[in-house]
Amino acid sequence: MRGRRDRRNLCGEFMTTLYRKLLRELVHMRGQATAIALVIACGVASFVAMRSMYRSLLRSQAEYYTQYRFADVFCELKRAPNGAADRVREIAGVAQVEPRVVMDVTMDVPGLKEPAVGRLISIAPKQTRGLNTLFLRRGRYVLPESDNEVIASEAFAKANQLEPGSQIHAVINGRWQKLTIVGIALSPEYIYEIRGGSSVFPDNKRFGVLWMSADALESALNMKGAFNSIVVSLQPHTNEADVIAQMDRILDRYGSLGAYGRSDQISHRFISDEIAQNRISATVIPAIFLVVAALLVHLSFSRLVDMQRSEIAVIKAFGYSNWQVGIHYVQFSLLVAAAGYILGCAVGFYFGIRLASLYAEFYRFPILIYRPELRTFLWAGLITAVTAVAGAAVAVRRAVSLPPAEAMRPEAPAQFRSRIVDRLNVKWISPALRMMLRNLERRPWRALASAFAICCSIMMVVVEFGMLDSLDRVMELQFRDVQREDITVTLNEAHSAQARFDLAHLTGVIRSEPFRAVPVRLRYQHRWRKTTLLGLERDSELRLIVDQNGNRIPIPPNGILISSTLANLLHVAPGQRLSVELLEGRRTVHELLLTGTVDDVLGTSAYMNLYALNRLMEEDHSVSGALLQVDPDKEKKLYLQLKRLPAVAAVSVKNAVVTSFKETIDRSMNLSIGTLMVFAIVIAMGMIYNGARIALSERARELATLRVLGFSRHEITFILLGEQALITLAALPFGFVAGYALCAVLAARLQTELFRMPLVVRPASYAWAFLIVLFAAVASGILVSRRIARLDMVSVLKARE
Amino acid sequence: MHTASINSVEEGREVVFHVRSVSKSYQTGDVLIMALRSVELDLNAGEFVVFLGPSGSGKSTLLNILGGLDSPTSGDVRFRDHWLSEADDAGLTRFRREHVGFVFQFYNLIPSLTALENVALVTEIAENPMDPQEALRRVGLTERQNHFPSQLSGGEQQRVAIARAIAKNPDILLCDEPTGALDFPTAKLVLDVLARINEELHTLVAVITHNTAIGAMADRVIRLRSGEIVEVTRNARKARPEELVW
Repeated sequence: MRGRRDRRNLCGEFMTTLYRKLLRELVHMRGQATAIALVIACGVASFVAMRSMYRSLLRSQAEYYTQYRFADVFCELKRAPNGAADRVREIAGVAQVEPRVVMDVTMDVPGLKEPAVGRLISIAPKQTRGLNTLFLRRGRYVLPESDNEVIASEAFAKANQLEPGSQIHAVINGRWQKLTIVGIALSPEYIYEIRGGSSVFPDNKRFGVLWMSADALESALNMKGAFNSIVVSLQPHTNEADVIAQMDRILDRYGSLGAYGRSDQISHRFISDEIAQNRISATVIPAIFLVVAALLVHLSFSRLVDMQRSEIAVIKAFGYSNWQVGIHYVQFSLLVAAAGYILGCAVGFYFGIRLASLYAEFYRFPILIYRPELRTFLWAGLITAVTAVAGAAVAVRRAVSLPPAEAMRPEAPAQFRSRIVDRLNVKWISPALRMMLRNLERRPWRALASAFAICCSIMMVVVEFGMLDSLDRVMELQFRDVQREDITVTLNEAHSAQARFDLAHLTGVIRSEPFRAVPVRLRYQHRWRKTTLLGLERDSELRLIVDQNGNRIPIPPNGILISSTLANLLHVAPGQRLSVELLEGRRTVHELLLTGTVDDVLGTSAYMNLYALNRLMEEDHSVSGALLQVDPDKEKKLYLQLKRLPAVAAVSVKNAVVTSFKETIDRSMNLSIGTLMVFAIVIAMGMIYNGARIALSERARELATLRVLGFSRHEITFILLGEQALITLAALPFGFVAGYALCAVLAARLQTELFRMPLVVRPASYAWAFLIVLFAAVASGILVSRRIARLDMVSVLKARE
Repeated sequence: MHTASINSVEEGREVVFHVRSVSKSYQTGDVLIMALRSVELDLNAGEFVVFLGPSGSGKSTLLNILGGLDSPTSGDVRFRDHWLSEADDAGLTRFRREHVGFVFQFYNLIPSLTALENVALVTEIAENPMDPQEALRRVGLTERQNHFPSQLSGGEQQRVAIARAIAKNPDILLCDEPTGALDFPTAKLVLDVLARINEELHTLVAVITHNTAIGAMADRVIRLRSGEIVEVTRNARKARPEELVW
């Protein structure tokens, strides 16, 4: 036992000699310790950043919904008298009901050459305790008597640099009207601000929500005393499905498109999916790091204990107990882990802020304050400590279990036996390669651990780039194979065939194909889904319906085609008849033959022949809009015309959508690609560098001998690093396969009604993974080769081992 | 003190090593250690030389400089047309690779390679090597060629080390305490191999040892003390290893 007198005051009370030994060894092992600390830091950083982000999002969402009274049930309809809202109010369990007027209109936004789509929503005269309350960021509320004041959504205002006082123009009910923005606001209904339908990506430049005084909007749209949208909040413990069913019964006759709950509300759905995803990544990525860290600690400490056999024996011979020796090594490991933990917390905190600002841009929370919780850091600390102790445990147990006398003796020479390498009996294998192979064979677990880490690193890169490949493929499928038009013009209501000729004769239109879009409820047995039934001409060239392989599927003269996702949800197969309930016009129900399914990637849809749909609707060649192919030289003129056409409700310019989508992806992906690349490099480098350092330490004598025998520095570097290179090469295919498999899992998980991820990993993605691991390997090699240069041939040869 | 150069040219043998006023000092901490002080020495082709001296006499330092493992602080070392004292790391590596065979006290075999492969490792990078099996035959280990070092006795390991050293047909065989870790009968076996190599292949063999008995089998015995050559003796008759006693 140590006496008090031994303690020096150099570094405080507890600075015993063993502590000094520990610190000096730490300095000596700084390269390896740094590698381990960095891997731990990455794990802690990703855990802290993602976990606290997840918690923040969850809390922000919940708080926002409560404070701003986000509705529970929503319903759009054609037109209902206010009395219908009173009947909804009487449904048991309904807390609050708010009828309103919502209308999509074409807008001319200053500085934007394409027409934009504005969603006008009526709001109560003054800020009452209504549902979906606005959070006014800047400016003021609309005056009840004003007929041209609007509050603009923040995302839209920001994208177009609109401020209170800015003016925009819109065609409202056929009239060209000037609107003045008086305020900028956020709404819980549009945290994720998209139009819905097939446009699932935010295009904040060309789609915005504008809130207008109810009086003004109702008169502009001739909706006095009526509503076309209703939002409802429920009392606690109310059965949502019952309320929905009763609302449908009341509102059906007013052209209801069917009531739906939050889970089908598009913004809520996206946010919730995103939050859920955060939770998964907040578990998986840190787990990978901490497993690798534990392996690294294990490998490094096993070597340390081997090297310190005799020291351990001496310490124990002096009378230190197993417990004290064990604690000594565990402290060593904990110290390294603590360094990684502190760094990881700092980096995680920083990345949490970066992530938060990224999310703030994407999702409009009024109060997305990044508040990391103490318990996140405590959890991270606990997990780190467990990792460090678990990693060191085996080595430490070996250290303490050695009887002093045995530990004083040098370790027995490495035993090699002819195994796999020799059974192959291949003559051309050089002795250098044999050395590498036999060394790997002798410590298969170590090789496997290294390979596992490299595998993880490759997998991360493949998945990240694979996801991008899939997104690219989505773009290709949707915007090259399927949507071949330049512009989609949607009319504010179905027009006669005349409209089709008018559209065809606009400036710059090369080809025009009319379409009819009718909201429908598809039903098969007890299952049903709402979607849009799109009527297309038989020889449509601008909207192709293609299968998975890009082959065209002809539109049947009478039957119906639906998305395969929809077919799966309804449990219906081609050849069966399904019931189609038209939610427009006379709202008739029809039994139609399902002739095939379409492997589309965005949203869910149903297709049929335009004229067959007209017949079902009992109308004469009506169209909802047209797909246009446009002469690029004349598109500016065309946009000007479209912005002022009274019949036009929405104009969607394909290239603008594509560009906006790509920008969004780039913005959000840059951070994550950058981060994951750093992560992948840290893992690969941590493992390769440590592996090489351990090998160098174990085989310094062997390598020095080779130098003496006339091998050059490069040759022995090759022999030492060749082993790591072999492990890396062996790990590559597994990493590729694991990456592909994880892509497949993610693609399957991301199959939603809104969005399908095709499983695509391009060769370039594998190449990236390879390059990143190669970079890590070469960088580690350079670091280690500096040590090889310092190898002291003379002294190594003198020593016995 | 004898001047070694006096004994250098004899029987028409070529002088291959020229060592002129070679000094070597090490700075260890605050202490400057003079390992070699102005050493003058010539070594002839095909000679068997034994360096004797207690530890710290500078014999290992001299051997390291002759073998191109170390460079002198001052003075010149020349092997034929190689100026070792001026060579850089790459130059010394080339010199070792082309001309020198080393035998160490602790054998320093590569544990992951069999006896034959340990030899082949060197023949692969040599310019004019002998067949690895031939090298093993010369040390009498043909039967053990597929064994790993951990499966061989100390003497066998040292013989593999000698086979590895001679397999490149070196001009010089430098042996640092080759029998230091071996028992008496095994040591004699190893020395016998060295003597035969010297005779059959006419390789210059330099052995450093503190075992004076081994001096009897040399052409010349060079004694060092405190970094200086203090005595050079020439044996009229080289003893056979089996005659040695210690």
